[in-house]
Amino acid sequence: MTDLSINTELATKILSDFINSEIIRTGYKKAVLGISGGLDSALVCVLAARALGPKNVLAIRMPYRTSSQDSLDDADKIIELSGVESLTFPITAMADALIESTPDMDTTRKGNIMARMRMIVLYDQSAAFGGLVVGTGNKTEILLGYTTLYGDSACALNPLGDLYKTQVRQLANELGIPPAIVNKPPSADLWAGQTDEGDLGFTYAEVDQLLYLLVDERYSPQECIAAGFKEEFVKEVMRRVQRNHFKRVMPPICKLNNRTIGYDFLYMRDWGT
Amino acid sequence: MKCKLALSQMNTVLGDVAANLETHLKIIEQACAQQADLLIFPELSLTGYFLQDLVPTVALRPYAGDPIFNQLLQASRRIDLVVGFVQEDERNRFFIASAYLSGGELVHIHQKIYLPTYSVFDEGRFFAGGDRVSAFDTRFGRVGVLVCEDFWHASLPYLLWQDGADLMIFSSASPGRGLTKEPQLDSARWVDHINRAYASLFTTFVAHTNRVGFEDGMNFWGGAMVYDPNGNVLARAPQHEEALLFCEIDLNQLHRTRARLPLLRDERTAMVQRELTRILSNGSQPAGR
Repeated sequence: MTDLSINTELATKILSDFINSEIIRTGYKKAVLGISGGLDSALVCVLAARALGPKNVLAIRMPYRTSSQDSLDDADKIIELSGVESLTFPITAMADALIESTPDMDTTRKGNIMARMRMIVLYDQSAAFGGLVVGTGNKTEILLGYTTLYGDSACALNPLGDLYKTQVRQLANELGIPPAIVNKPPSADLWAGQTDEGDLGFTYAEVDQLLYLLVDERYSPQECIAAGFKEEFVKEVMRRVQRNHFKRVMPPICKLNNRTIGYDFLYMRDWGT
Repeated sequence: MKCKLALSQMNTVLGDVAANLETHLKIIEQACAQQADLLIFPELSLTGYFLQDLVPTVALRPYAGDPIFNQLLQASRRIDLVVGFVQEDERNRFFIASAYLSGGELVHIHQKIYLPTYSVFDEGRFFAGGDRVSAFDTRFGRVGVLVCEDFWHASLPYLLWQDGADLMIFSSASPGRGLTKEPQLDSARWVDHINRAYASLFTTFVAHTNRVGFEDGMNFWGGAMVYDPNGNVLARAPQHEEALLFCEIDLNQLHRTRARLPLLRDERTAMVQRELTRILSNGSQPAGR
């Protein structure tokens, strides 16, 4: 077992400075995030409150009619604990307007619609609140592509994107997120009883061990198998990482002119700030 | 002889030279108010680090005729300065450069030799690499300046040592990376290790400063430090915070350390030259293999 634990004090310092810097330098001072009652958004909520002050953070609960009451209650706990501003905006009517247009829509499509409806609410509320949307995706789900493109992946900045789920758990524990939230099975809560680990077919604890070797330590798949991981597991994870890479990059632009955005027109987003 | 150093670990505005000059002038005032003799700014302090296609638009020519450099040269009448900038040469090549200014004059320019082009770095795409390293004389004795990746190649501090540098000034814009259980990032630990080693092996003073702040998702970790010729830490700035670190160094420590540990006296440079010539003469087998 590789020890993935991190220095939580240092992580908290860098992440809250990052949130502050990347919002303030754009001329804003506020943040908006979707709060699900799960671990990732709970942690981002607490970090954003530290970075900007709780009154400058708006946490939005966006339940669909199948969302569990437990999730809503857990979201409330975090809102109370962090002292941030909050809003509840049910997405049932807007999502069902689309879902009911197609008989027998499968759960993947429904789930993507819900994630994208939430994105619309967040971006609309960010304009009303005068803040930037802070994402809540972690490194594990970004690598595995367990995310809806232009849905939950849409944001202006992403503080947790280089922390594995295992490390998110450790940091959340340290920052006082209630154990019931840290320890409950992660779920996108798109339908009753859904869990991330059920969808993926493996646990975050297992896959974080493998991803850390493949990505951070640059092990080859063969070296991971030699290190004790099952061949099928390594192949499945590699397939997921590769197949979902499109979700991690901007859409390719067809190069025609001498200077093309993304290839040889290169500037940081923080250009001039 | 004593010399009071001031090491600036500042944040920068990416690509805005005028704004960064204002920050320099403010920090110069603070350092002068504390009677510092020499103020060291980090790598690319006048421009920011991840410049990419901004490089040609922020490049300077470090002469009195340049409106930016003119103000720094004027300020150097009050305090010696090391500033980081993009230098455009006569043939329109762009270098990452550090200039030593004193008494209203340009004393020395170091053009960064080793341009990291791997991992988060892409310097080789945008910059020309320097090809010269030399120590130079100041009112505090002989000094050498290197920029970031330069001091990851042991040959350059070694050459400065042999060229007479008793104070090595290192400047960085080091992106923080490697979060573990330790209270500092891997990148901070690595730099501490090598700088402490140079101070110890070359029985010399080492002053290193690194910027802070963010550019997109990249953090810069600060952590300026000064080491004495025994490899001891004389002063240490906080990490991940803007700071101006002051440290008085006693140059007589060179005498005391080298009386105890005559590594410089015993260094066999002629053998180094002979063996290096032999190794490099195996032209088809670089690095000895």
